[in-house]
Amino acid sequence: MTAVAATAAAHPGRRRHASVARQRRWALYGSYAALGVFVVMFLVPPFYMLVTSLKSSGEISAQHGSPWLVHHPTLENFIYLVTYAPFRRYFLNTVWVTVCVVAVSMVISVLAAFALARIRFWGSSALATGVFLTYLIPESLLFIPLFQILGGLGLVNSTWCLVLIYPTLAVPFCTWIMIGYFSSIPKELDEAALIDGASWLQLLLRIFIPVAMPGIIAATIFAFTVSWGDFLYPLAYLYTSDQMVLNVGIIGDLVRGDVFEWGKIMAAALMAAAPPVVIYVFLMDYYVAGLTAGATKG
Amino acid sequence: MAQAGSIPIAETGVARVPSARGRLHSVMRRRSMVGFVMALPLIALIAGLVVYPAVYAIYLSLLDKSMTRFVGWHNFVFLLNRATFQMVVFQSVLFAVSAVVAKAFIGFVLAHLMHAIPSRRQRFYRGLLLIPWVIPLALSTLGWWWLFDPTYSAFNWLLNRLGLPSVSWLGEPGWARFCMILVNTWWGEPFFMIMYLAALKSVPEQLFEAAAIDGATGLQKLRYVTLPMMRNVISLTVLFSLIVTFANFDIVRILTNGGPLNTTHIFATYAFQVGIQSGNIPLGAAVSLFMLPVLAIAAVFVLRGVTRRSQEAM
Repeated sequence: MTAVAATAAAHPGRRRHASVARQRRWALYGSYAALGVFVVMFLVPPFYMLVTSLKSSGEISAQHGSPWLVHHPTLENFIYLVTYAPFRRYFLNTVWVTVCVVAVSMVISVLAAFALARIRFWGSSALATGVFLTYLIPESLLFIPLFQILGGLGLVNSTWCLVLIYPTLAVPFCTWIMIGYFSSIPKELDEAALIDGASWLQLLLRIFIPVAMPGIIAATIFAFTVSWGDFLYPLAYLYTSDQMVLNVGIIGDLVRGDVFEWGKIMAAALMAAAPPVVIYVFLMDYYVAGLTAGATKG
Repeated sequence: MAQAGSIPIAETGVARVPSARGRLHSVMRRRSMVGFVMALPLIALIAGLVVYPAVYAIYLSLLDKSMTRFVGWHNFVFLLNRATFQMVVFQSVLFAVSAVVAKAFIGFVLAHLMHAIPSRRQRFYRGLLLIPWVIPLALSTLGWWWLFDPTYSAFNWLLNRLGLPSVSWLGEPGWARFCMILVNTWWGEPFFMIMYLAALKSVPEQLFEAAAIDGATGLQKLRYVTLPMMRNVISLTVLFSLIVTFANFDIVRILTNGGPLNTTHIFATYAFQVGIQSGNIPLGAAVSLFMLPVLAIAAVFVLRGVTRRSQEAM
């Protein structure tokens, strides 16, 4: 098309071509600039958390100069927290709950996804739909009856109650992702293995899990994120500091009456947010895969 | 030799066929049983900790405060007649709708901006723009809370620098609502951006070229090419986000805890206050059950959209 225009009227055509190219370039610069503005706006809260965590209590309350800058950076907040026994307790509790929940959720969801995607049984497609609907049920709908149920089991104010109920948040979505990954494995593969005398469990362990590893990683990250970041269940069911996890412990412990130790609160929040952020930095692609898998099937 | 060799093979072949068929047969017969056993932990989990609590919630909501007497619909009627609860309904709808609209719009703009730059640079920007989604919401909301602090607010410092008066961010109902919507938009927008960007990338480039040859302006391309191609993803994403936003708890609980004067409560935080803090379990269960109709309708449409998507993909 450009060639036709150029031969028909060489000069105006070329000029138009050049102006289109220039427009394109300016559009590109505009996109970069706009994205830059968005990035800056989005990173304001984490940046300000970092700035505050590096200030001493005295500097925060003095209110001299810009609050957005650190005048006398100090690590005293972080050092305080690292040596503060309750904070270490919250951290260990969170790690313990998360490890259990991830392990339990992955075992349940990989087995179930394999059964639903490959073996199939009476009612399995209805169950797959049910799993998806369960994923759409928010925790705020069920926390009150669960409070009664956990009370009946004697699990209120124990990290065990989180180990028991967090899988309800993680398993439906993990199963859903895994069904998608398992379905994409060619049927010939398992037929060949079965003819060779492999059992279903061998088929799952030797073929499906290794082949669907990206899905397993995405699902594991999701289970980790859910159990590390949840706030409602621990707030409702835990109340003594030996059982608390990070998200509620920070608020409950560092907000003493009207005294807000903002430097320590921000340092604690950053330290609590560090594990998910570090995982995200290294496994961003799996993270994004998990994010988009929620609205796709197969 | 060929004859001698071929006979045993044929013999073993004949001998093997029934046994192989028998093994396959028994595998097929056991197959559904194996599948059911493998799915059993999932079934137990959903039945015991999702379906049973949901039914139990309905039962609880029909009891009186001491949970000894059956009172029928009394809790629901009582709530509907209460001004505080009417405010909760209004506030939940306002919060969910405006946050979702804002997220959808900003996500759409961001996805287009991302789509306009070369793909090797997209990774860098995507990495930074996803950070709000990565930090656990309860923790980043603490950071926002500090930004909105009445005495030390860093936003007010900026406003004062520009010659504007300070704002009582969380102290006035209007501003407090704005802050909640702002934080939710900030947190949830990366999900929209990622979904829209994936959808944009799947729109065939030829469609845009064809539209350009036909002389379509940028706005016309958006209206007649981009939006129809993305319609399914947009509706799915919006419905998904509507469910999550409608049921949100962390942001309101940390920023205002319903204050000032119960003007910013949404269903989840109000249910928490009534059910857990004040100890009126049946009334709290009733509050959260009010979310059910909206969630159920949204869930049905999400399911329909997801099934349709998978059929298109096949």
